[in-house]
Amino acid sequence: MLNAAPPLLHVDGLKKHFPIKKGLLTKTVGHVFAVDGVDLFIRPGETLGLVGESGCGKSTVGRCILRLYDPTQGRICFQGNDVAAIQGRDLIRFRTQVQMVFQDPYASLNPRMRVREIVGEAIRVHKLHPGRSWREQTAHLLREVGLSPDQMDRYAHEFSGGQRQRIGVARALAMQPKLIVADEPVSALDVSIQAQVLNLLDRLKERFELSYLVIAHDLGVVEHISDRIGVMYLGRIMETASDRDLYQKPLHPYTQALLSAVPKAEAGQRRKRRALLQGDVPSPINPPPGCRFHTRCPEAQSECRNIHPAMIEITPGHQVACHKYAEGGKDCP
Amino acid sequence: MQTGVLETTRQPRALTRPSRIRRLWTKICRLRMGILGGLILLGLLAAALLANWLAPHGPFEQDIMSRLQPPAWMPGGSSEHLLGTDGVGRDLFSRIIHGSRISLAVGLSAVILQVLIGVILGLAAGYYRGWVDSSISFMVNVMLGFPFILLAMSLVAVLGPSLQNIIIALGLTGWPIFTRVTRVEVLKLRDMEFVLAARSLAFSTLRIMSKHILPNILPSILVLATVEVARAIIRESLLSFLGLGIQPPTPSWGAMLAEGRDYMLMQWWLAAFPGLAIFLSALGINLLGDGLRDLIDPHLRKD
Repeated sequence: MLNAAPPLLHVDGLKKHFPIKKGLLTKTVGHVFAVDGVDLFIRPGETLGLVGESGCGKSTVGRCILRLYDPTQGRICFQGNDVAAIQGRDLIRFRTQVQMVFQDPYASLNPRMRVREIVGEAIRVHKLHPGRSWREQTAHLLREVGLSPDQMDRYAHEFSGGQRQRIGVARALAMQPKLIVADEPVSALDVSIQAQVLNLLDRLKERFELSYLVIAHDLGVVEHISDRIGVMYLGRIMETASDRDLYQKPLHPYTQALLSAVPKAEAGQRRKRRALLQGDVPSPINPPPGCRFHTRCPEAQSECRNIHPAMIEITPGHQVACHKYAEGGKDCP
Repeated sequence: MQTGVLETTRQPRALTRPSRIRRLWTKICRLRMGILGGLILLGLLAAALLANWLAPHGPFEQDIMSRLQPPAWMPGGSSEHLLGTDGVGRDLFSRIIHGSRISLAVGLSAVILQVLIGVILGLAAGYYRGWVDSSISFMVNVMLGFPFILLAMSLVAVLGPSLQNIIIALGLTGWPIFTRVTRVEVLKLRDMEFVLAARSLAFSTLRIMSKHILPNILPSILVLATVEVARAIIRESLLSFLGLGIQPPTPSWGAMLAEGRDYMLMQWWLAAFPGLAIFLSALGINLLGDGLRDLIDPHLRKD
């Protein structure tokens, strides 16, 4: 049903390279290839999970979408408009539609502000809710995220990690966004709190007709709330599939390895094999040629070392960038 | 699930909330050094404002008959001149009280000027980075590498020695330290998630700098500013000591120290008491600065 809708967000060939500067005259001595050719899209009402190890560039993708970073190359289109070209007043309008929930619930709230200022400042400054006082609206938002409006006058440090993350969600909601980029929204929280915050995000999605890009390093986290999942490795997307396809038929060796690392609680469900990865993620300053994953891939062939695999569609909506599936899908399930 | 989250934070508070007086008392105990510093500064302020009433003699009143009298508690001293008299028979105690005016005026005004210049440049350097940062940092390094005394001397030489020009000279030479501290703090903060959040909420650069970044660096600036007030007082003394500052017979602690130098061996009090005044006010202001930092920091505020 959703498949027919035009995408809300469309990212095409996104690259972000950070220059490494050194010395007295700040000469550029190299680049960190944080994001190196990422394509993705999000349909209205959809949740896309973006998964990968730390340092694979997933947060950078999120920040480029919000235009906190300017992409080195590639296009980001939101509702058909090129994000990079948005200027002046339109930028404020764009920012009301795309918001972010940050990873660190401690660093993401200004320690010198009270909760009412953190959540209400945008409402006040941009006059977002005419006809309703910003205090009322702030109280309403706090109630929506499960906090008591009596706590409005407290400082952020008086709250627990989970409560702080709720404040961060309320701040994003204040702008009445259509898309929320949640950058590791629960990875800094206790496991017992993680589910609460994920459930909150899920509930708010219905209530405010939101779409999400949920960034996580843990497949277990995105499993619950994603409709589709993209697996990222060293600045590139390795596999995208619907939630169910990815978990039942992971194609890319990297996805398989990631999945085998997710602990399962069901009794009697022994895994046949654990595809554990050897070694570390190569440095994004000097990424390996060919397939980014070949240095750690248990099934690497000679072509993997030289040729970058193209994204191929195996079944509708299930795409993978791996040479294994290139020739007529010989290993195709 | 949600009500559980709410109640756990509220209940224990209501049970253990200490009485108002008790909380005030713990606060006073925690800040006792700062309060001591504040009292010293208050004394200094009182001396400056009420000099005409507090001082037993006029600052220029000469009594040549009782010149070079020792302090009251020493043999030969009289209760008429509490800290003794100088070479032309002026009451040292009265002159020190009047001297506090110069010290405070120079210290506070010079530092206000330093903060204004330094913090604005530091914010710009840290937030915009790039060539703005490079040029401002270059200026700071040149200023810090230049001997202060040479710069201040040439400025005063050009402008002429007066109270106002000393303030300008100290203001124009003292700002780089504020730029440095501000710049580093801004660099640290500008990539923090709450600043990114402010950017993603489409706030203007001015709002982000003034509402989100500045309040977070204010404690550092405040602590530095108090230290710098003390330093400006010392520097004014130094300039006056060298004859480039406040011109005699106006009572300035530095100038008095310079005059007292000639009598150092026999009439030590002429140099010692102005020196002590400089030391005490610098110490008091420093203590107050530390206390203020503790008071302002919301992490330490537990009320």
